Amino acid sequence: MRLRTLLRHTRIRAVTVEPPGPGAPAVEESAGRNRGSLQLRHVDAGSCNGCEMEITSAFSPVYDAERFGIRLEASPRHCDGLLVTGPVTRNMADPLRKTHAAVPEPAVVVALGDCARDCGVFRGAYGVEGAVGDVLPVDLEIPGCPPHPAAIVRALRGLAGT
Amino acid sequence: MAALLVATAVVGLAAAVAGAAAGPRLRTPLTVGLTVAACATGFAVAARVLATGGVVRFHTDHLLPLAGLTLRLDRFGALFVAVSAVVGVCALVFRLGYDGHGLSSRTASAVLPLFVTTLLLVPAAADVTTFLFLWESMAVTSLLLVLADHRRRAEVQSAGQWYAVMTQAGAAAILVGLVLLATRSGGQSFTVIAAAAPHLAPWIRSAAFLLVVAGFASKAGAVPLHVWLPRAHAEASGPVSALMSAAMVNLGIYGILRVGFGMLRGGPAWWWLVVMAVGALSALFGALHSATASDLKRLLAHSTTDNVGLVLLGVGASGLFASTGHPSLALLALVAALLHVAFHAVFKGCLFLAAGSIQQATGTRDLDALGGLLHRMPVTGTIFLIGGAGMAALPVFCGFVSEWLLLQSMLHGLPAADPAVAVAMPVGVGVLALTGGLAAFTFVKAAGIGLLGLPRTEAAAQAREVRASMSVGAGALAMLCVLLGVAPFTVIPAVAGAARTVSGIRAPAPLSRGWQLDLPGVHSVLAPGLLAAALALTVGAVALVRRRLEPGPVRVVEAWGCGRELQTANMEYTATSFGEPLTRVFDDVLQPSHDVDVNHVAESRYYVEAATVHLSLDDAFERRLYDPANRSLRRWGAAARTVPNGSIHRYLAFGMVALVLVLVVVA
Amino acid sequence: MAATAAISLLQVIGVVFGGPLLVGLMRTVRCRLEGRVGPPVRQPLLELRKLARRQRMRPQRASWIFPLAPLVLVATTVLVAAVAPLLTTDPAMGGTADLFAVVYLLLLGSVALGLGALDTGTAFGGMGASRALTIGAVAEPALLVSILALSVPAHSSNLPTIIATSLAHPVLLATPQRLLALAAFVIVVVAECGRLPVDNPGTHLELTMIHEAMVLEYSGTDLALVRLGESMRLVVLLALLAVLFVPWGIATGHGPAAQAVALVTLVAKVALLGTALAALEVAMAKLRLFRVPELMAGGFVLSVLAVVSALVLA
Repeated sequence: MRLRTLLRHTRIRAVTVEPPGPGAPAVEESAGRNRGSLQLRHVDAGSCNGCEMEITSAFSPVYDAERFGIRLEASPRHCDGLLVTGPVTRNMADPLRKTHAAVPEPAVVVALGDCARDCGVFRGAYGVEGAVGDVLPVDLEIPGCPPHPAAIVRALRGLAGT
Repeated sequence: MAALLVATAVVGLAAAVAGAAAGPRLRTPLTVGLTVAACATGFAVAARVLATGGVVRFHTDHLLPLAGLTLRLDRFGALFVAVSAVVGVCALVFRLGYDGHGLSSRTASAVLPLFVTTLLLVPAAADVTTFLFLWESMAVTSLLLVLADHRRRAEVQSAGQWYAVMTQAGAAAILVGLVLLATRSGGQSFTVIAAAAPHLAPWIRSAAFLLVVAGFASKAGAVPLHVWLPRAHAEASGPVSALMSAAMVNLGIYGILRVGFGMLRGGPAWWWLVVMAVGALSALFGALHSATASDLKRLLAHSTTDNVGLVLLGVGASGLFASTGHPSLALLALVAALLHVAFHAVFKGCLFLAAGSIQQATGTRDLDALGGLLHRMPVTGTIFLIGGAGMAALPVFCGFVSEWLLLQSMLHGLPAADPAVAVAMPVGVGVLALTGGLAAFTFVKAAGIGLLGLPRTEAAAQAREVRASMSVGAGALAMLCVLLGVAPFTVIPAVAGAARTVSGIRAPAPLSRGWQLDLPGVHSVLAPGLLAAALALTVGAVALVRRRLEPGPVRVVEAWGCGRELQTANMEYTATSFGEPLTRVFDDVLQPSHDVDVNHVAESRYYVEAATVHLSLDDAFERRLYDPANRSLRRWGAAARTVPNGSIHRYLAFGMVALVLVLVVVA
Repeated sequence: MAATAAISLLQVIGVVFGGPLLVGLMRTVRCRLEGRVGPPVRQPLLELRKLARRQRMRPQRASWIFPLAPLVLVATTVLVAAVAPLLTTDPAMGGTADLFAVVYLLLLGSVALGLGALDTGTAFGGMGASRALTIGAVAEPALLVSILALSVPAHSSNLPTIIATSLAHPVLLATPQRLLALAAFVIVVVAECGRLPVDNPGTHLELTMIHEAMVLEYSGTDLALVRLGESMRLVVLLALLAVLFVPWGIATGHGPAAQAVALVTLVAKVALLGTALAALEVAMAKLRLFRVPELMAGGFVLSVLAVVSALVLA
C-alpha cells in the first residue's frame, strides 16, 4: 500500500459523543462492574436490518464506539450481555433464550430500536412472538427507528461506565 | 552371574511348559508369574553388568549342534536386556487382566513366555549361530503371537503373511551378512570377528554392513522395509504389540550398532550417511502417517517408525562423527540415540498397553468411533495422556530429554570442516523439528478425539474401566515416563557406559551433576528436574490466583452451539477431519485417494438419493514398490507353475540336469 | 541469589503487565492508521480486570483438562519469562534457559490449549485445534533451524551464552546469516502468536478463526487467563527477538542502575517491534489457510539459507 494512501486515512474524524446521564439502577450496576470495558453479543431476533446498519455506523471510525471500551464479540461466553435488535420472532425465541443462558451471569440485555422495545411496526404480525422484554429481562432500551448511532454509543457508554 | 543368566532362560522355558501343560484357569497366572520372574532375574543381571561393567559369559556345547550356545553379556547388551525386562514385566502384568485376541489359548500361553525369553537373550548372544538361533526363535514366536486371533479376523491372516515374509527376508539378509563376516574372519564368535574385521577387504565390510543394516532395519521398522509394522502391530493383541514395539524393534537397533560399531569399528562416512538417510526418511514417513491415521494402533505403529527413524538419525550422526574424527561428539550422539531407544520403549509400551485397554473396553480401535473415554475410563485415559505427552516430547516427560540430546548432538556438529557433516546436521535438525511438531499434532489428535468430547458410538458410551492389573501394568510405564523425564540422571550413566562399550570411545560422557544434564566441552545445560518443579509450582500458583479471583462456583452449561437445539456427537470433529488440513498440506507426498459414488433417484438425474465418499490414505511405498513387486512375483509364479506339468519325463530330465550341474561344479 | 530472584520477579511482572499493554499499543497503532481514535492503550488491562471477576462456565461434557489448559498456558509463559535473559545475561536458573527448552515449553502451552478445545466437544474446538496445531507443526522446522543458526556461532543453545557471545562479538549481528535468521524468526513469531497474516485475532466469523475458535467456550477468570497468556506469549517472543538480535542495553550483572537501563531499552525495543508489526498488519490481508504452510515453508527456506551461509562464509 502506498505511503501517501496510508497516511491519508490517518486523519481522525470521530464525532464527539456526549457522556450519558444518570441511568437506571441496572445500568449503574453494570457500569460499576465493567469500569471501562464492555463486550456485547449482538443478536438479530427478527429485525429489518435498519438497526444493524446503525450499529455498524456506531462502530465505524465516525462514531467509534470502541474508543469507550465497547466491543462486539462473537462468543456469548466472552460477553457481558446481549444487544438485541428487532421483535422476537417465533423461530428466534428459543435461540435468543439459549444465547442469554450462554452469557456468564450477571448478563445485561439491551433492547435496541423500537421493534425491540414494543415490536414497533411489526406488532401483531403472524411471525412475531413479542418484544424482547416478553422473552428476556431487559436492562436498557434504546429508542428510535432506527436509533441514531450517537444515541447508541451514548447509551452503551452508560453500561460501560466510561 | 552366569547362573542367573541361565536361570532366566530356564525359568522362561518353564513358563512355556507350564503354559502348554496347565489347565485353562491356571495357565495365565502360572505363565505370567514365571515369566515375570524370568524378567526380574534378567533385569538383575543386566543391572549388575551396567553398574559394574563386568562381562557375563556362558557356554554350552549341548543345545545347538556343531557350535553350541554361547552367551556373553556386556554393558551394551545389558542395556537392551534391562529395557526388554522392564517392558516385559509391565506387559505381563497387563496380560493378567487382558482376556482377548486368543491369548488364553494353549499355544499363545506357551509361546508368549518363549517370546519374552528370546527378547531377553538376543542381546546376550555371542556368536553368529547363537544369535541367529535366538533371532529366528524371536521372529517365529512373535509371528505365532500375532496370528493368535486368526480364526476370528481375516486381517490377522494378512498381517501374519506380511510379517512372516518381511521378517524372514530380513533374517536372510542378516544371515548372509553375518556368515560373510564369519567365514572371512575365520571364526563365528563376535569377538573373533571384531578382532579380524580391520583386516578384511573394504568391499566385504561394506557388503556385510549393508546386508546387516537392511535386515535389522526391516526388523526395526525403518522405511522402505516397514510395511509389516503397521499391520502386525495393529492386529496383535495389546501386550504383544507393546512387547513388539517397545522391545523387539530395539533389537534391530542393537544389531546395527553391534555390527557397525562393535564388530566393524565404524567405517567410511558413506555408511553412516546411508543410515541417516534411512532414518530421516523413516522419521518423516512415520510422523506423517501417524498424523493422518485414524486407527489408534496403526497410529502408534507409525509413530514407532518415526521414533526408530530418529534413533537411526542419531546412530548415523554418531558414526559420521566417529568417521570424521570427532569422538566426543560421536559418543554424545550415540548416547542420545540409545537414550531415545530406552525412553521410546517406555512411552510406546505405555501407549500400546493403554490402547489395548481401550480396545478391550470399547471393542474398537477406530478413533472415529471413540470419544468421551476420559470420563468413562479415567485411569486408562490419564495413562494414555502421559504416554502421549512422552511421545510428543513435551517437557517434564521423558521424550523431551532424549529429543533435546539428539538436537544438541546435531547442533554441536557444526561448524564442520567435512561437507557431509555440514549438510547432514541441518537436515537432521529440520527432520527432528518437523517430526516433533507432527508428533505433538498426533498426540492432540489421538488423545483429544479418543478420550475427550462426546462418545461417538454406543460402544464408547458404554465403556467401563478395565481391570486393575491392566491399569497397574500400563500405569507403571506411565510413572516411569514421568520419573525419567524429571530425573534422567538415574539412567544416563548406564546408557553412557553402554555407548562407550560398543563404540570403544574413551571421551568423557554427558555427565549429570545432581539434577542437571551437562555436556562436556560444550556449554549446553538442561535441568529437567528443576524445570518440572518450577512448572508444577507455577501451575499451582496460577491456580491459587484463579481461585482468589473467581466470583463463585463454576457454572455447568450446555456447550455453545450458536443457539441451535442440541449438541450431539455428530457435530464433533473426527480423527479424519482433524487430520484433513495436514493431509491437504502434504497431499503431494501422501496422495490420498478420494472416491465419490452418487446414486441418483430413478425418476430424475437431478435428484440424489445417496452419496458415498470413500477416502483412503495408503502407504506410498506399498503402492510404488510392493504392489508392483507382488504383481510381478505373481506373474513369475504363474509362469513357473506351467513348468512342472505332471509329466514324469520332464521331472526325470530335471533330475539329470541337476546331477550334471552338481558334478560339473564339484569337479 | 536474592538479586537474581528479584530480577526474575521483575521480568514476570513486566511481562504480565507489559503483554496487555503491548496488545493495547498494537491496537492503537492499527486504529490510528485506520483513521480511528480507538480505545486507550491500557484497554486490555481494563478488560482483564473485568474478566477476572466474571463467572466461570464449563461445558457439561468437559473433563479436568478444560480448566487445566489456561493454567498450563499461563504457567509455561510465566516460566519462560522468569528464566529468559530479558533484563540481564545472568537470570535465575539461567543454566536451564535453553532455547530449545523454551520452544518446547511454549509448545506445551499450545498442546494444552488444543486439548482444552477438543474437550468441549464442539465443532469449533476441533476446528481451532486442528488448524492451530497444523500451523504449529509446519512452523516448527523454521523455528528450530533458525535457532540452530543462532546457536552455531555461540557453540551453545543456552540463551545467556548466545547473548553474551553476540555482545562480545558485535560483528556477528550484522552477518547475512543473522539477518536471514531474523526474517525466519519473525515469520514464526507471527504464526505462533496468531497475528495477521496468519490469523486475525479480531475476527467474528468462526470459519475464519484459528486461535479464537479454540477459546470460544472459556469465560470469566479462565478467559482472563487465556487472554493474558496470549498477550504474554506475544511480548515474551518479541522480547526474545529483541535481545537475541539487538542485544545492546542488556545488563551483564545485577546492579540496579544497569537493570533500569535494560528495562528502558527493552521496553523501547519491544514497543518499536510491536508498532512495526501492527503497521505491517494494517497493510496486509489475512492469508488463506492453505497458503499459510507456504509461508512457513518460506520461513524454513530462509532459516536453512541462514545456516548454509553461516557454514559457507565461516
